Amino acid sequence: MPAEIYLNVAISGLLTGLVYGLMALGLSVIFGVVRVVNFAHGEMMTVAMYLAVVLFAQFHLDPLLMMLPLAALLFVAGYAIQMTLINPFISRPEHSQFMLLLAMAVIIVNGLLIVFGPDARSVQTSYAFDSFAFGPVIVDATKLYAGIAALLVAAALFSFFRFAPIGKAIRACADNYTGALVVGLNVKRLYALSFGLGLACVGAAGAIIVLIVDVTPPLGPQMTLLAFIVVITGGLGSMPGALLGGVLIGLTEAMAGLFFTPSAKSMFSFALLVLVLLFRPQGILGKKPS
Amino acid sequence: MMDLLLHGVPRHALVLLGLVLAALIAAPWFANDYLLTVLIVILYFAYTGIAWNVMMGFAGQLSLGHALYVGLGAYATAALYVHFGIGPWVGMPVAIFISVASGVVIGFLAFRFGVAGVYFAILTIAFCEFARVGFDHFGWVSGSSGLFLPVSNYTRNDLVNLRGQPVMFYYVILALTAVAFVLCHLLLRSRVGYFWQAIREDEVAARSLGINTFRYKMIAIAVSSGMTAPAGVFYAFYYNNLFPEQTFHILRSIEIILGPIIGGVGTLFGPIIGAFLITGLAEVLQEFLTAYGLDIPGVKRVFYGVCLLLVIMALPHGIWPPLARLLRLDKRQEKSKEPEA
Repeated sequence: MPAEIYLNVAISGLLTGLVYGLMALGLSVIFGVVRVVNFAHGEMMTVAMYLAVVLFAQFHLDPLLMMLPLAALLFVAGYAIQMTLINPFISRPEHSQFMLLLAMAVIIVNGLLIVFGPDARSVQTSYAFDSFAFGPVIVDATKLYAGIAALLVAAALFSFFRFAPIGKAIRACADNYTGALVVGLNVKRLYALSFGLGLACVGAAGAIIVLIVDVTPPLGPQMTLLAFIVVITGGLGSMPGALLGGVLIGLTEAMAGLFFTPSAKSMFSFALLVLVLLFRPQGILGKKPS
Repeated sequence: MMDLLLHGVPRHALVLLGLVLAALIAAPWFANDYLLTVLIVILYFAYTGIAWNVMMGFAGQLSLGHALYVGLGAYATAALYVHFGIGPWVGMPVAIFISVASGVVIGFLAFRFGVAGVYFAILTIAFCEFARVGFDHFGWVSGSSGLFLPVSNYTRNDLVNLRGQPVMFYYVILALTAVAFVLCHLLLRSRVGYFWQAIREDEVAARSLGINTFRYKMIAIAVSSGMTAPAGVFYAFYYNNLFPEQTFHILRSIEIILGPIIGGVGTLFGPIIGAFLITGLAEVLQEFLTAYGLDIPGVKRVFYGVCLLLVIMALPHGIWPPLARLLRLDKRQEKSKEPEA
């Protein structure tokens, strides 16, 4: 095999990994602040993916243009879910929260199955087969756009948490729950905002990933698992960690597909996850729990 | 022994337990084939739920990958039977050994490095998924094309090779469940059981009292994985086919834990009541939807999800604790029935 193939596959894995990272960023924001693991994360993303597919099929709206409206829609949904369903579960044990989100996941997967049926849906854009050549390296246009879009959304989220007063308040909540209550922050509302922001990432990631991956109802649970692997590798609760984890997993999958068989690629991601959990349980960029 | 078994158990609880057991033993004379199949599924989930409950309910370690131990047990005995003609009862110790060994490895890696809570749960999922993809590419057990046990129409029940009619399988799984129930009852009252509950309630406090938490968490995962393996043996010989994609699927792990969580984590009866409710609910929904012509793929599971949602919102500790109060079974018991502080 010529050497360019490795580079091509690596770049393709890296760009896909950025989208994984954006999806996982949502999980990380939710866990980092609300301390609830969103076991319906991938399922919620498939909702966004189906919406993007429908918008494209009916109105020929490009998924990349629909990224922000879908993010806004899922933000509202996330805010409502946290306010009504999850806030009462904040102080309950983990297995109880797990059941709640699992029930939601079951409802979403099968609701989508009723509405859209079991067949795979995809989006055929006009630039689906375009590519750019940088010297000997050929980059798929779709993946390049997807990677750039994911980076932009992630950058917007980083600056929100860094500079916006509400972003700072949310970080205060995550750092010290009691302290945040004492200084008069409305923690329940900030939790709802965080869950909304987490789902906004999922909405944007769903609109982007539809360009790369075909959507079926059972894709949801697979994506949830993928999001877990990514955030734990990068560091649960760490935002740069989620992006880094996404890139690492994207690269691992692409390389495993090239050197072994594509069907075994998730085994290598899991192997990476196990290694990280054993030697750095808090993840590559995670903070050690005090 | 009998004294240890019965000490502190209210008399009407024994009567009730005896009635339930008698009803279950007599069931095949009254149940038709359909009902018998449903009862087998219920008891299967009761058994796996009891085994899972040892780890989560007693020692507080959340495992979301118990399909791994079922699958290893199933594949070990099925492969021995298919390749060497070794019967399931001889294969069972091998299956238990393999399951315990894998459980101990996972436990050692996780507990040694202080992996706990959500991280531990996801580690267990990771190992199970690892096994799923691994077995997909494991040629000796036919990989993703599936391992099949030879099947013919059995008129006689061959208990030695576990080949026969549903009635035989019913009594096998009933016996397994009964043994597991008594074992858990004894475990909860043993020194190990008290240490587990101390770790579940507050691990730091337990360690400061001098409990070797690492050792007792290891015992919990070993006991739980070992108890789960026979369920795999049963699964292999009852269903006669094994596919990595199904056997190790995360949904299998989730099915195992639904019963105990709905029934009541950490209680003895929780997994059994939960299994009855969960499986019963699924079957009733099926009947209901078929009767009203709503049998579209997915509808049943949406209803199922809504029911789970409602139960978990209304009854945070599961169904057994309030039911126990109703039946006055919560009195005169040495242990607290509350799953958490």
